[in-house]
Formats: sequence, C-alpha cells, structure tokens
Amino acid sequence: MALTVTVFQRGDIRVVRVQGEVDLNSSPQLRAAILTGVGESTGIGVDLSDIQYMDSSGVATLVEGFKACTAKKLSFLLLSPSLPVMKVLKLARLDSLFRIEDTP
Amino acid sequence: MSDAAENIIDVKDLVVRYGDRTVLDGITLSIKRGETFVILGGSGCGKSTLLRNLCGLMRPQGGSIVIGGRDFTAMSDTERVEARKRMGMCFQGSALFGSMTVGDNVALPLREHTKLEESTIDIMVKIKLELVGLSGFEDYMPSELSGGMKKRAGLARAMAMDPEVIFYDEPSAGLDPVVGAGLDMLIRKMQLTFGLTSVVVTHEMESVKLIADRVCMLDKGRVIGMGTLDELRALDHPFVRQFFDRRPDEEGGDSSQYYLSITGDMR
Repeated sequence: MALTVTVFQRGDIRVVRVQGEVDLNSSPQLRAAILTGVGESTGIGVDLSDIQYMDSSGVATLVEGFKACTAKKLSFLLLSPSLPVMKVLKLARLDSLFRIEDTP
Repeated sequence: MSDAAENIIDVKDLVVRYGDRTVLDGITLSIKRGETFVILGGSGCGKSTLLRNLCGLMRPQGGSIVIGGRDFTAMSDTERVEARKRMGMCFQGSALFGSMTVGDNVALPLREHTKLEESTIDIMVKIKLELVGLSGFEDYMPSELSGGMKKRAGLARAMAMDPEVIFYDEPSAGLDPVVGAGLDMLIRKMQLTFGLTSVVVTHEMESVKLIADRVCMLDKGRVIGMGTLDELRALDHPFVRQFFDRRPDEEGGDSSQYYLSITGDMR
C-alpha cells in the first residue's frame, strides 16, 4: 500500500499527516515532508493515526525529525499514533522519547 | 481466508540431490504467515538444505516452492534477487564480512538495496544492534566479537531490511542458555510486533518449546511428522520416539554391508 502525505498548518504547528504504510520504499517521502518543514513553524506534528504498518526505516525517520527539531529548539509531536506504530516504537524502546498527543 | 492466502510458503514434492545422493525426497509442507515454524531432525537429515532451498540459495532438482504466491523455482535469477529482499537469513556461522565493521555489515543490505539516506541507515543500524543487545558495538570488527555476539550481529543484519520472513540456521547453537533464551525471546517479540514469519532449524529442544508454533520433523530427507510440538511428541514413529527420548542409534549392524562399504564395492 502506498503512503499518502498531506501537510497543513494548524495554529503554530505544521502537521504532516501520513496514511498507509511506512516502509523502506515510502519512508523517504515522510522524511522529506518532515525535514523540509523544520524551521517554518514553532513545531512539527506527525499525525500517525492512519498508519497500518511502520518498519524501522519509519522509526529512524521519526528520530531524524526529532533530532532536527530539537537542534533548533522546536517541538516535535507524534499525533495519535496507531497501534502498529506504538508496537514498533515500543520494540525499539523509543516510545518514551517522543511527546505523544491526540490529534486535535 | 483460504489456506493459500494464509500460507506464506508452500512447498510441494521438493527433491534435492547432491550428485547421486538424494538429500530431500518429495518434501511437501506449508508455512503460515506470521508463525514460527521449526524444522527438526537428526544430523544430516537435510534440514539446512531445506532451509537453503526455501530462501532461494539453491535450485532444487524437482518440485515447487511458492513464496508470497510466486514459484521461486520458476523465477529468473533477477527475480529471485528481488524476492530475497523480503527475506532475512541468519546463518549458522553468522557469515559476517570480516573486513567490515559490525555496523557496516548490518548497513550493507540497506546501502545495496534501498535509496535511504545514510543518516536514516545509521539510525536503523543502531536500532537493530540495540534489539539484539549489541548497542555500541557498531565500530567493532567481527574478529573482536565472541561467538554469541557474532550470531547476534548476524541476526541484526538479517533483520536490516525488515523482512517478512527470517530463516534461522541453528540460531542458539553454541550459545550459553541465557544468551540463547534471549535470542528466542527476540524471535517471539519480532513475531508479535511485526507479524514476522520465522523458519528455524534447530536442535535445541528448550528453544523449540519456547518459540515453535508448529514443528516439522525430517528423517532421511522426508517429512515424518508435522504439527504442534505436542502433536509431534504423540506420534508413534520410531525415529520420533528415538529423537525425543534422546536414544543413540543401536551399535553393531550388518557386518557384510559394512565390509562392502569399506572395500568400496557398495554404491
């Protein structure tokens, strides 16, 4: 299944909404959407509520987003991560690294 | 859901020969998506040969191996390389490249087969090494690792591409019970998190009890039993009984046959 990426502004946060599967082929799409937006808002929120599958390239991409935002003192949020996302974050022991919030 | 859709691997009438010797003789079995399937059997019964055929490292002399709906045996070499990207192989001897660091060994399939940025690959490598308990060892050379650590590094490399299926050849052989149990737990955790299918050749009964959803037992190149461990234990087959009771082969035998074998007259 392909990945659909939608980017929009919600208040001070630039929201990157992704739907589908984040894998070796599609994670560069997510990476580009996150990293090109760093510095254009006070923070980035990645809406992961509609993700059916995420592999370790997706996790690494989120870590890269977190690192880039932290370096510029911006906030980086995961919005309503789905169960498959939470499972893989827990397996990688990274679930407590991210600030997780519900999608408004 | 039909059985065909549930199965990730369907093997039918598989025949493999080394020269005149038939090593696998009409193997038929199915492996379900998301299960941990263990191949058991005595030394030299064809377990590792079966594994190498399942992951496309060998071409059989007969039969079919359908993986993800496509017949592996009918694919061109290019198609097989493509299909193998969705599989991971954890070799008995780890098979790490001795001239590369542990991190580069794990990164190799990602660098070869994906368009991921090096910064993404770097994080993925560290995640995989953390999963197998080798966090911080990315700059070590394989020669600087113990046997157990090499096995775990080999597993990290097998997991590099987040495969659908991982094949393990004797994953816990030669490891102490604590490290071996840790590997078993990891196999289980990967199954539960990613729905990963694992095909495991092992002799370690403690490991089988912990990880196996189903077990297949081979003897002399044939399947002699398949099912849950309890179903297999209940079989009234002489080799199954001997295997589970850990009884050695009877000594002695036919002296005339032995004479013919040492004088080279027996073929």
